[in-house]
Amino acid sequence: MLAAINWHSILFLVFAGLACAFAVAVVVADNIVRMAFYLVLALGSTAGLFFLAGAEFIGAMQLMIYVGGTLVLLVFGVMLTAQAPFISIKTSTNDRVLAGVVGAALLAVLLQAAFSVEAWRRPGVGQVANPSATPLGMALLGVRVDDPPAGTSPSLVRSGYLLPFEIVSVHLLVVLVGAAYLARAKRRRTPRGIETADVAASGGSR
Amino acid sequence: MNPLNPMHAPSALAGLFAVNLMSDPVSVTHYLVVGAILFTAGIVCMAVKRNALGVLMGIELVLNGANVNFVAFSSPYLQGEQTASIGLDGQAIALFVILLAAAEAAVALAITLNFYNNHSTVDIDQADGLKG
Repeated sequence: MLAAINWHSILFLVFAGLACAFAVAVVVADNIVRMAFYLVLALGSTAGLFFLAGAEFIGAMQLMIYVGGTLVLLVFGVMLTAQAPFISIKTSTNDRVLAGVVGAALLAVLLQAAFSVEAWRRPGVGQVANPSATPLGMALLGVRVDDPPAGTSPSLVRSGYLLPFEIVSVHLLVVLVGAAYLARAKRRRTPRGIETADVAASGGSR
Repeated sequence: MNPLNPMHAPSALAGLFAVNLMSDPVSVTHYLVVGAILFTAGIVCMAVKRNALGVLMGIELVLNGANVNFVAFSSPYLQGEQTASIGLDGQAIALFVILLAAAEAAVALAITLNFYNNHSTVDIDQADGLKG
């Protein structure tokens, strides 16, 4: 009995169920603080799905950047704006029904597309020769050490991801500087002398 | 062979659900279903929520659903005989999506805080200052 159970599939069902249930809970919940908590759990369960798919590095990055960084940022945003009238802003029932109908139609289209390709429904072999994060790490440095896909010429030169990696890193730096500039405190509650000095120092723009 | 034909849809569903989920290995389609549900939840969340931070959470869900699909297509565990695999590209794209989502969340949060400082609300229905 125990030998017949495929633990990979069991764990997939657990993580997939948790991810979908908490994603739906984010939509259904009205309280913004609870929405943030449900989102943490949904994204954490998705990291489990990544581990089960053999993408250990992506799963770890999901936990560290998404759950550990982005969502902490979101929770800070929730806390900074969580005045009593904004904790739960109700949506009208008409909008909810309309969004539900549109969402159901979209889900039907996506599921039909997911089931339409025969090759995707074939179950996997469930094992890999020697899993490691080395191919991805080397590819980010511009060197491909992974096996080429079947059916392509082995002499084909495949590019790495060094240029996108650099572009993304510079993009992240620029974005964080811009975000710090946008979110800086403009109207400080300080004594008048300090505030006028502050305005004069910033060119009197605000 | 209309895929929406009621005679055809149950057979497609039977391919996934009538089999024993406990003992059969997972295929790419399983992951695509999870990605579709996450994506739809994110779209509905973006459309329904009136709190600006709720809309942001919907965007995170949409990006995450797309990531699930990328990882599933690149996974060597889920491929029968290398038919649908996009290899390492999927994992690299998923990594870039995570990084860009972090950047996007930072900027969107800064804009939301700015809006809150100026208007003392995060209700996006109040953000109609540019309406003609």
